Amino acid sequence: MISPAAAYRNLLLFVLPALAVYLVFAVLPLATSIVMSFFQTNGASGDIFVGLANYERLFTHPTISARFWNALLNNMQYFAIHLIVEVPMGLLLAALLTSGKLARSEGIYRTLLFIPATLSVVIVGFVWRLIINPLWGLVGFPLLGTESTALTTISLMSVWQYFGIPMVFLYSALLAVPNELVEAANIDGAGGWTTFWKIKFPLIAPQFGLIAILTYIWTFNGFDLVFALNGSAPGPNYSTDILGTYFYRTFFGSSGQLADLDLGAAVATIIFLTVLLVTAAYFWLIQRRLKSYSV
Amino acid sequence: MSAPDLRISDLTIPAARRRQDREPWTFERIIVHALLIVFVILAIGPVLIVIINSLKTTPAIFGGPFDLPTAKTFSLEGYKRVFTRGNFIVNYRNSLVVTVTTIVLTVVLSTLAAFALVEYRVRVASLLAGLFVLGIMLPIRLGTIPLIQMMLAWKLMDTLAALILVYTAMSIPIAVTLMVTYFRTVPTDLKEAARMDGASELRTFWIVLPLVRPGLAAVAALTMLPVWNDLWFPLILAPSRQNQTVTLGVQQFVGQFMNDYPALLAALTLGAVPLVVLFTLFSRQFISGLSKGYSK
Repeated sequence: MISPAAAYRNLLLFVLPALAVYLVFAVLPLATSIVMSFFQTNGASGDIFVGLANYERLFTHPTISARFWNALLNNMQYFAIHLIVEVPMGLLLAALLTSGKLARSEGIYRTLLFIPATLSVVIVGFVWRLIINPLWGLVGFPLLGTESTALTTISLMSVWQYFGIPMVFLYSALLAVPNELVEAANIDGAGGWTTFWKIKFPLIAPQFGLIAILTYIWTFNGFDLVFALNGSAPGPNYSTDILGTYFYRTFFGSSGQLADLDLGAAVATIIFLTVLLVTAAYFWLIQRRLKSYSV
Repeated sequence: MSAPDLRISDLTIPAARRRQDREPWTFERIIVHALLIVFVILAIGPVLIVIINSLKTTPAIFGGPFDLPTAKTFSLEGYKRVFTRGNFIVNYRNSLVVTVTTIVLTVVLSTLAAFALVEYRVRVASLLAGLFVLGIMLPIRLGTIPLIQMMLAWKLMDTLAALILVYTAMSIPIAVTLMVTYFRTVPTDLKEAARMDGASELRTFWIVLPLVRPGLAAVAALTMLPVWNDLWFPLILAPSRQNQTVTLGVQQFVGQFMNDYPALLAALTLGAVPLVVLFTLFSRQFISGLSKGYSK
């Protein structure tokens, strides 16, 4: 046995390198960002504490606040489309892959279906832009150039890229369903369809919560695809602007907008809270439900 | 937390299921295959269209975008122009340096940490493990402004080192969490036996390491994709021509040569192919890493 003192020392020695990199380059910048949002940092007299002034500007300045709410609403739509299309698609594919009717081809289908998720958004964006380009004759309507369809079009491109992720989560969960349960159901005369909905589906149900929360975090971190397609002031008329592009524009600047680091820090803090509150609520609900079951 | 504890040690298809190959083609089997084939075409069709057309002349691209190249329409002009006008050799080198270094650092640091978190059961250990789990949910991009200031202060702005440090920090939480699940499966007897023989802790770690090899592969596969494909940090932390990664290079090339379709498609193909090939080789490790790492 190792003495407690030695255990502490060893733990520290082994964990320290990973912990240091993680704290310095992930946690510290995020924390600094939050602190920074209460300061004015580029003044001649050094950093000045300004309280909520940056937030006041974010929420009351006519253009700044209008664009922020626009980006937030667009982001919610972006998330909703992902959830509504990706999850049923992933479930169908996972069910087909584990239907027991595939034998050797199962691995081939699984790999091919996941290929879009391995592409960079730059490629995804331009491939789809070429395919729906009226020049190629597939769609005679400017889907990306019209305000009412642009965001949905981009969301669906992203869905095309990432449907493999919910598929893989559900596929792994379905594989983990004990064979005895399925066999017992079959002996009782249940067909494939009944077995799936009555036996397998309830067992993989918790995965949907996990997929929903991960999709939420990932879509609220979205930036790459929109930027690759439409740049940092995503048109037409900001109809495809999401929080990631809004944040980038705020601290980096763009045509007609000066870079503003302090306002950017406030935007980052608000996005962080948006992600944090929902994630915390999700885990709180899950924990509570678990408790009520165990009583 | 509520997710079922997934312990799929291996995703290979067992022999029992292979025997089904000899089963007759029932209606149900045909439907399952047909549906999957439709989705496979949807998934890889667009990629194939790009690759096929990158090998054709401009008139042939517009004349018949879905036709295969023939002796008459076959052309490598697009690729030639990508290599003469673009910066692809440098882009590839940068992406390789960044991705490989990040993977090595992530694997080494997170394996050491995960071993200790499982091994030394003092109270701080579970607290630290929790801290790493929280990191999986952390949107690291939101710390970009202080990261820019840090990199400027440390003279790391516009270097590959800046990217490597940020990506390693970004990959460590999921890597540690994943490796912890693998180290939990190592029998205690083996470690105790090693210690009885007078092995140091580092030596014990080294003895145990081969047992978690599938975990190392899963961490490497899981780290590779988001690093290679990221656009945000290359754009902000390493934007100059000599430091551009493939993803940023393709993005800029496509913006510059919007009307040169053969070159554009060639650039897109060059950007996509290496990762698709690597993923196809390591898809089993990647998929088991993905489902295990996030289901905690």
